[in-house]
Amino acid sequence: MNTTVADTAPSRFLCHEEPHAPNGTLLGFWLYLMSDCFIFASLFACYAVLGTSTAGGPAAAEVLDLPGLAVNTALLLVSSVTFGFAMLEMARKNQRAMLAWLAVSGLLAVGFVTLEIHEFLGMIAEGAGPGRSAFLSSFFTLVGTHGLHVSVGILWLIVLMVQLGRFGLTEANVRRLQCLSMFWHFLDLVWVGVFSFVYLAGVLR
Amino acid sequence: MPEAMPHRAPIWNFLFGRLTLDSLPFLKPDLEGRIVLVTLIVVAIGGLAILGLITRKRLWGYLWHEWFTSVDHKKLGIMYMILGTVMLLRGFSDAIMMRAQQAYAFGPQMGYLPPEHYDQIFSAHGSIMIFFVAMAYIVGLMNYVMPLQIGARDVAFPFLNNLSFWFTFWGAILFMVSLFVGDFSTAGWLGYPPVSELQQGSGVDYYIWGLQLSGVGTLLTGVNFVTTILKMRAPGMSMMKMPVFSWTALCTSGLILATFPVLTATLFLLSLDRYLGTHFFTTGFGGNVMMYINLIWVWGHPEVYILILPIFGVYSEVVPTFSGKPLFGYSSMVYATVAIMILSYLVWLHHFFTMGSGADVNSFFSLTTMIISIPTGVKIFNWLFTMYRGRVRFTVPMLWTMGFLFTFTIGGMTGVMLSVAPADFLLHNSLFLIAHFHNVIIGGVVFGVFAAVNYWFPKAFGFKLDEFWGKASFWFWLVGFWVAFTPLYIMGLMGVTRRLSHFDNPALQPYFIVAAFGAFLIALGILAFIIQIYVSVVRRKAYAVGGDPWNGRTLEWSTSSPPPDYNYAFVPNVHARDAWTDMKKHGFQRPLEGFHPIHMPKNTAAGAIIGALSFACCFGLVWYIWWLAVASFAGIIVAAIVHTFNYHRDYHIPADEVRAFEHSGNWQPDAKGASA
Repeated sequence: MNTTVADTAPSRFLCHEEPHAPNGTLLGFWLYLMSDCFIFASLFACYAVLGTSTAGGPAAAEVLDLPGLAVNTALLLVSSVTFGFAMLEMARKNQRAMLAWLAVSGLLAVGFVTLEIHEFLGMIAEGAGPGRSAFLSSFFTLVGTHGLHVSVGILWLIVLMVQLGRFGLTEANVRRLQCLSMFWHFLDLVWVGVFSFVYLAGVLR
Repeated sequence: MPEAMPHRAPIWNFLFGRLTLDSLPFLKPDLEGRIVLVTLIVVAIGGLAILGLITRKRLWGYLWHEWFTSVDHKKLGIMYMILGTVMLLRGFSDAIMMRAQQAYAFGPQMGYLPPEHYDQIFSAHGSIMIFFVAMAYIVGLMNYVMPLQIGARDVAFPFLNNLSFWFTFWGAILFMVSLFVGDFSTAGWLGYPPVSELQQGSGVDYYIWGLQLSGVGTLLTGVNFVTTILKMRAPGMSMMKMPVFSWTALCTSGLILATFPVLTATLFLLSLDRYLGTHFFTTGFGGNVMMYINLIWVWGHPEVYILILPIFGVYSEVVPTFSGKPLFGYSSMVYATVAIMILSYLVWLHHFFTMGSGADVNSFFSLTTMIISIPTGVKIFNWLFTMYRGRVRFTVPMLWTMGFLFTFTIGGMTGVMLSVAPADFLLHNSLFLIAHFHNVIIGGVVFGVFAAVNYWFPKAFGFKLDEFWGKASFWFWLVGFWVAFTPLYIMGLMGVTRRLSHFDNPALQPYFIVAAFGAFLIALGILAFIIQIYVSVVRRKAYAVGGDPWNGRTLEWSTSSPPPDYNYAFVPNVHARDAWTDMKKHGFQRPLEGFHPIHMPKNTAAGAIIGALSFACCFGLVWYIWWLAVASFAGIIVAAIVHTFNYHRDYHIPADEVRAFEHSGNWQPDAKGASA
């Protein structure tokens, strides 16, 4: 080929400046959340099929405690709001206030998990444990899986607060906080589903 | 409910859970024990020989630093392919044992495998072939090829990629351990209850935890690949300029994201039933077995499309390259792939038309199943029209492709036969079904994997695979497949059911002998493949090729063979569908000066450590060794947290090093490479 370097124009086919690599973490985390949604979808489907299979044991209306549930739900929803405040403080680079709001969110979530464990232990003590009937198996598994997610979220929050305290609002930490924020709100959303589908519908049934 | 613990001093039960000397099958004096003992000796000698060789050649450091801790998508891809090949040998040994048993066990002759052992073998064969052979192969191929094809330097989450590999690897090891410690599930490759709930012993638990590990690995791969493809394509490569293999990788990864969580949830529920005594799938206490069957197939049917879609992508690369033409109907190929991806979610019930869900439900799933054959047919015609009036080169990858076109089309048609619900009532659980799905999985996935290995091997290693042994392997496989499975089609139509270890009717024996002979031919095909690799490695100097041995069309052929760690010194700028053909047409010349430092991810040991701990955790769960399970689970959490404190995960390859490679790498097609 008799072309000069200018004619072959490698620049037409190559980027001589390294293109700015977009960071895929948020998209990736979003995709993970969507796949987690399918886990919950499977558990919801099980509950839909098995929710009335009480095998002579207690039905939903007899074992579910609505007043306790109101407190529980309030704790979780408020923790989402306070997490939102933390994110606002993050945007203002106000690290102390951000950490304070994160701590509040964490404490509210700890309250949620504590109440849930209390409810579970109470039910088991009454003889309405997960081995009693298919309804109770699917109830404990669906609600428990959500609770497990919240507990993982709390552990993550603690680790991230340590990292924020030590390394500050670096680019990596901001990204992690954004992921945790998505996770937190996602769990809230799932709880709204649990709340309506398991508790409200269960008590009405 | 969990099984009772052995009667012995509590300290032993604490230390070893329910693991006792009786759990070791090779200590038993019967025939079965002898078979396992001989296998154990062979595996032990082979394993020790390999470990000894590595130690003598002082390769442990090299393996650890360059491979086990590597986050390079190319090295991980190669490790997946090796894993798939090793597990193919295991899964195929199971197949040979079944074929031998069935050819032999007639009338008074009971064969050499007791039913209990035979059931373990078909369960292990199915789950290994799907999870650790086919999945390992397609994930390996996507890992190696996709980032190169889209002009990226690595995947979006290189560490996760390494972690995924180790999860898959240790899942496979868990399956292998079940050979020698305890037993394996007898509940088939999908672990149907009630058998999977009632079977005592460790078998089903090995199955559950092995699949959970590899399933999580696969799910992370799905997240990784979708993000990579959506975010990291080279500038100018719009979605409709992306190579078809990468398109299929995207659709498969999307399916993985939407289905593997269902598998995780289903197996989780099964393990709750087994460990904590819940009642999801028991028949008493309100449980529902059909819940399991539905859930597992909501994952299971898309799974077979997860396997075949990337392989359709392989054929879509091989056919244009060796026909010297652009792919016929690129857009229709892409839309067909997307259509299959969506439709694959709407057909799961055709696996159990006999459930009794009624004519209307069965009709719906019958129709969706027939409809899914339409986009598949579109693809077949696209490949044929690409070959039409092309200059077809009959290379080994092309032979596999044509073998596929013939075999898979017939397999697809028997699939349409099965989709007719009334016919399915007769063919359900028969050998016809066995013949059908081996027809599409061997004729589709396995043939495609061999096509892909022969096609991309020169890219990965810088030399071609031997043609003669490649062709021998192809012909043995093709003929062997038809000899092995035609008798099964015939017997299935006559009503012979699957999964039997013994038959009364002697009239069937000739069919099974022919089928066993077919399996023997396939064994020769596998042997020829191993010889092919061996011969090519020995003659690697003579078979050496440059960067573009096939006159390829896509970007991966524009870099060196093997490619440097960073893939491309300069990120490509894409203007057309077959980007490399476009570059060649315009007289592109590779720049030899002006390099920049390149930003790359660092290797990390975290994946290997977390993988090994997860194996310990699952082994503890299988044998009720609770201290081990708890300790290694805590270890996983700690290792993961420690890993998040590592903020220095990348480095720059200095411009000098890039320049040095670009001047020394293996690009120029020498005479052998160009003429092939």
